[in-house]
Amino acid sequence: MAMIEIDNVSKSFTLHNQGGATIEVMRGASLSVAAGECVALVGASGSGKSTVMRMIYGNYLAASGRIVVGGLDVARAAPREILSLRRDTLGYVSQFLRVVPRVPTLDVVAEPLRAVGVPEDEARDRSAAMLARLNVPETLWHLSPTTFSGGEQQRVNIARGFIHAYPALLLDEPTASLDGGNREVVLSLIEEAKARGAAIVGIFHDETARARVCDREIDVTGFSPQAAA
Amino acid sequence: MTPLLSVHGLTKRYGAHLGCGDVSFDLFPGEVLGIVGESGSGKSTLLNCLAGHLPPDAGQVIFDTRADGQRDVLTMSEPERRMLGRTDWAFVHQHARDGLRMGVSAGGNVGERLMAVGARNYGDIRDSAIDWLGRVEISETRVDDRPTTFSGGMQQRLQIARNLVTGPRLVFMDEPTGGLDVSVQARLLDLLRGLVRDMGLSAIVVTHDLAVVRLLAHRLMVMKDGHVVEHGLTDQVLDDPQHAYTQLLVSSVLQV
Amino acid sequence: MTEQSYNFAYLDEQTKRMIRRAILKGLAIPGYQVPFASREMPTPYGWGTGGVQVSAATLTPDDTFKVIDQGADDTTNAVSIRRFFERTAGVAVTTKTSEATVIQTRHRIPEEPLTEGQILVYQVPIPEPLRFLEPRETETRKMHALEEYGLMHVKLYEDIARHGHIATSYAYPVKVEERYVMDPSPIPKFDNPKLEMAAIQLFGAGREQRIYAIPPYTGIVSLDFEDHPFEPTKADHPCGLCGAADSYLDEVITDDAGGRMFVCSDTDYCESRRAQGHRGKDAA
Repeated sequence: MAMIEIDNVSKSFTLHNQGGATIEVMRGASLSVAAGECVALVGASGSGKSTVMRMIYGNYLAASGRIVVGGLDVARAAPREILSLRRDTLGYVSQFLRVVPRVPTLDVVAEPLRAVGVPEDEARDRSAAMLARLNVPETLWHLSPTTFSGGEQQRVNIARGFIHAYPALLLDEPTASLDGGNREVVLSLIEEAKARGAAIVGIFHDETARARVCDREIDVTGFSPQAAA
Repeated sequence: MTPLLSVHGLTKRYGAHLGCGDVSFDLFPGEVLGIVGESGSGKSTLLNCLAGHLPPDAGQVIFDTRADGQRDVLTMSEPERRMLGRTDWAFVHQHARDGLRMGVSAGGNVGERLMAVGARNYGDIRDSAIDWLGRVEISETRVDDRPTTFSGGMQQRLQIARNLVTGPRLVFMDEPTGGLDVSVQARLLDLLRGLVRDMGLSAIVVTHDLAVVRLLAHRLMVMKDGHVVEHGLTDQVLDDPQHAYTQLLVSSVLQV
Repeated sequence: MTEQSYNFAYLDEQTKRMIRRAILKGLAIPGYQVPFASREMPTPYGWGTGGVQVSAATLTPDDTFKVIDQGADDTTNAVSIRRFFERTAGVAVTTKTSEATVIQTRHRIPEEPLTEGQILVYQVPIPEPLRFLEPRETETRKMHALEEYGLMHVKLYEDIARHGHIATSYAYPVKVEERYVMDPSPIPKFDNPKLEMAAIQLFGAGREQRIYAIPPYTGIVSLDFEDHPFEPTKADHPCGLCGAADSYLDEVITDDAGGRMFVCSDTDYCESRRAQGHRGKDAA
């Protein structure tokens, strides 16, 4: 069975404070990702790549259809079921870093491990190893990432997404704003995740990277209401 | 899994005015529930009804007690409810001076709940107090100082230590970061997150600060005019709000 | 004005009945503070108006009355109250502890053990032991009702934290018959063990309008910590006049050159011992 399965999903936004206008952004979206597979979402900007990712993560509500991740239908699940899915099964590397200010980078990265019960020392050690691998200078480990540059924040996000061996991963532009060396590290992290059986859905503007790690491409333009009509 | 707290149809009226109406939800162990809404939306009324500070007109507040399993807190005897209030429950007030004894040393403030449940060894009580001051980042050297000599952030951390020393399972928080500098708020949020995770606490946090709930709460309830208008995963409610009022609330936040 | 202008023991019979009801209730619930309608007395608050009302409601024409203030029969307060009841009740008075049937006291328990049939009446300034930490009367009543006494130990904790030991040396809180926490009035903690006695003990607080009581042979425990146990302390000297080593002592400054002596605070006890031939080092 597929690790991530989207079946006939639609999505619309109702803007109550702008005359109650309803904007339908997606209809009949379906896709399936097996364990060990990496699928790239492609399509012009605004075509709904991020919307698909957010719906899989439970961040956006689907209007209809099924979104099954690791056996759980995210479109119907209770909040605590989604929280437990995110803790154990589904990782997300977003383009934005949202953390409590003041918390050191080492702890920010260790947090997903602490959440699944890894002891503090071990979580910190693994966090340090991951940060070192991503070439985040050790001098920054004890500072909050809120003050970091874009590329550094991006690597902290990646470290958080890969530190726990999630069976399913969502990657939103993981190689954007990275230099060649770090890009290579991220691509090998993705390859390792696939090798251990992770199902991955990603958005990659970087075509060479996409060609290297992705098994398939899905054009989300096909999910637009116009295409379905 | 049994919910730690199960609320059904909780209603409180102030004469003709509705404080909160027909509120129902479950809270599971380890979950943090945020309640947001503007002033007068009923969020504080709800919190006070839940914590037993205010008698509601209708509804049930069922708590999974250690001894007897699920019990309706509202039909408990007052001694039972007060016992719960100093063992399994904790209440963190917005203003630390409402939750502290300002004339008693920091150590005495933390030790009070221990003594209230029968601790009678001075050395042990003091060791626990010092341990807890350390956990909330207050130096051992301040153990004999009164909270009047503490900054606002320290007072708030002391209040948290005083509340958590008996290892409660459910913490009610009323605007815990209100009235604090933003830098102090961040430190407090980090502390609370760590304590929630490490102690497996459940918490109900009332605030009007959406940034606080995004970082602290797993789930979010949005209240307006005494009613819950939206309820869901915190980031989903904030990023894909469904109700007109929530959309207004989210779009009204000033960006920095 | 003649003595006959007063009802027996000054108070009218209705008032005495009301006070007796409060006393009986207090005896039935040892350590519980019973509210009563305290009357205006011809002495100011703080001069024993609570004790005087309890004595007035307790005295019968056959009683022998003794009054001590800080252990002494001869201080202004003691003399005034003794004379008050001499005039208004016409009762016999004495300074001998063993001869008295009703003893009104301020701040002491006599050294000589009291016996069945005797009544000890205390003057109480502030009856509520929880008051200094919890100013709300509604809350302290609830705490007594629900036996929530953690706060009492907070007070002792603060003592140790500040002074290294329990520095409370008078009005030391006790638990009565494993139920109510009670303020024994400002007696020195040296007297606390004597609270377990054969006589009836009545406590009257006039300004605060409370009466409470300890029936004979009631169990009284002074609050403490396991690692800081209760200790009844006194000055580490024998009495300079009678040589007693077991009585509570007052320190008396004798000159401007630092000279001082320690004497029994209980004047009757000291005099009785001297009458038996005991002599201390300072006795003339």
